[in-house]
Amino acid sequence: MKQKTLVLAVAAAAVLSACATYTPPTREETMAVINSSFRDRGIAKVDRLNQTELQKACTETGNNPSKDVRERLEKAALATVKYPADGKWLGDFKQGERIAQTGVGMQWSDTAGVPAGGNCYACHQLSKAEISYGNIGPSLNNYGKLRGYSDDIKRYTWAKIWNTHSFNACSSMPRFGDAGILTEEQIRHVMALLLDPASPVNK
Amino acid sequence: MPRQRALPLLRTLALTLAGAVMVLGASVAIAQSDDETLKGIEAYRQALLEGNPAELVSARGEELWKAVRGPKKVSLEKCDLGMGPGVVKGAYARMPRYFADSDQVMDFEARLVHCMVTLQGFDRAEVVKSPYSGAGQRQTDIETLTAYVVEESRGVSIAVPQDHPKEKAAYDRGRQLFYMRSGPYDFACSTCHGVDNQRIRLQDLPNFEKKEPAQRAFSTWPAYRVSQGALRTMQWRINDCFRQQRFPEPIFISQGTIDLITFLGVKAAGGKMDSPAIKR
Repeated sequence: MKQKTLVLAVAAAAVLSACATYTPPTREETMAVINSSFRDRGIAKVDRLNQTELQKACTETGNNPSKDVRERLEKAALATVKYPADGKWLGDFKQGERIAQTGVGMQWSDTAGVPAGGNCYACHQLSKAEISYGNIGPSLNNYGKLRGYSDDIKRYTWAKIWNTHSFNACSSMPRFGDAGILTEEQIRHVMALLLDPASPVNK
Repeated sequence: MPRQRALPLLRTLALTLAGAVMVLGASVAIAQSDDETLKGIEAYRQALLEGNPAELVSARGEELWKAVRGPKKVSLEKCDLGMGPGVVKGAYARMPRYFADSDQVMDFEARLVHCMVTLQGFDRAEVVKSPYSGAGQRQTDIETLTAYVVEESRGVSIAVPQDHPKEKAAYDRGRQLFYMRSGPYDFACSTCHGVDNQRIRLQDLPNFEKKEPAQRAFSTWPAYRVSQGALRTMQWRINDCFRQQRFPEPIFISQGTIDLITFLGVKAAGGKMDSPAIKR
């Protein structure tokens, strides 16, 4: 009899612990599961799961860190920007258009050494002629026409492309210069697409 | 039998594709606004719906499901998909779910592998080695069997359970993975799938925090991908998202992928399964 009661009590406790005492997984537990769920493939290695301080801060605050943190992250991002040593901001807008159209780069399906694209049209409208554009970012049509072609605008735009977090800590845009997605020369071409008065973006 | 049905279906598909190209061409000429562009895309999708080669894959999948196979020489008809051994109807719409026999939350594809290994005696490493067909290859067994089982849930309400603590934990981890920004592009799933009415190029992106878009997306995977000429499963869909997210490769039916699918499925609760669908 006593034994039966004990068995029942143990069974009841087991049911209770299964139903009532759910505790969500900790960040460490979740990260352990995530880390064991991915593998290296081609150029995409598992170390990509190690978050930077900025990625972590943006993830944990729903892309809305406190003012202090935001300002610190933006300052640190701006410090990573390498401006063109020869002061030459603009390249060839035709090559810029090709870079803006191309989406390859840094995927496990991409080959190391093949130049990446900027894939600008995935998220932005640029030249009027290209109607297949995304809307995750703002329209950049008439970018230069609307903002002018001053050196200040060029300097700002260069920094925005190099490390977008310089002006918006948790921006969705990739760090094209800082992360080594585009070369300095490629960024010049994209700059020309945006800021050459003869570019189709400004026509 | 599939061969005999293939010809008229493929002809219908070719015709609808030709029509769709015209629709898109027309939209190029007149597109003045996003609205008109979207209407053009919608017309293309409607045109696609008229002939779905996934029917052939599902039919082959049913034969494969019922075929005596593997070292143990049995069919998959005794496979327990959560509603009891042999019950296929409606099972896909209730997965991922917790299975007591493996003490694990499993999505359909994980459960399929489990049944192929435990019931039929196949070697696990062999089964999971190449789950997705390559360009121009025939569909894999996993893809073919998935097409059949998901077809048997068409019209059934999505009801991914959240009763067992392990089901809740899967959801919570899946949610964290969904919002995790990482990698050289700093992308999270939520970068594209956490905001209303976003598009990459002309492809619209469901916001999984909203019921209706979550339902529309979850209910239409697996799907026949016209651009690839192949039926693709939910595990493939997740895999290809992470590729574009510049993450490392998610391991097929790993816990992380099951967690993410649990999160998406719970968000889509109440939607009616309409899969295999057909997509661009």
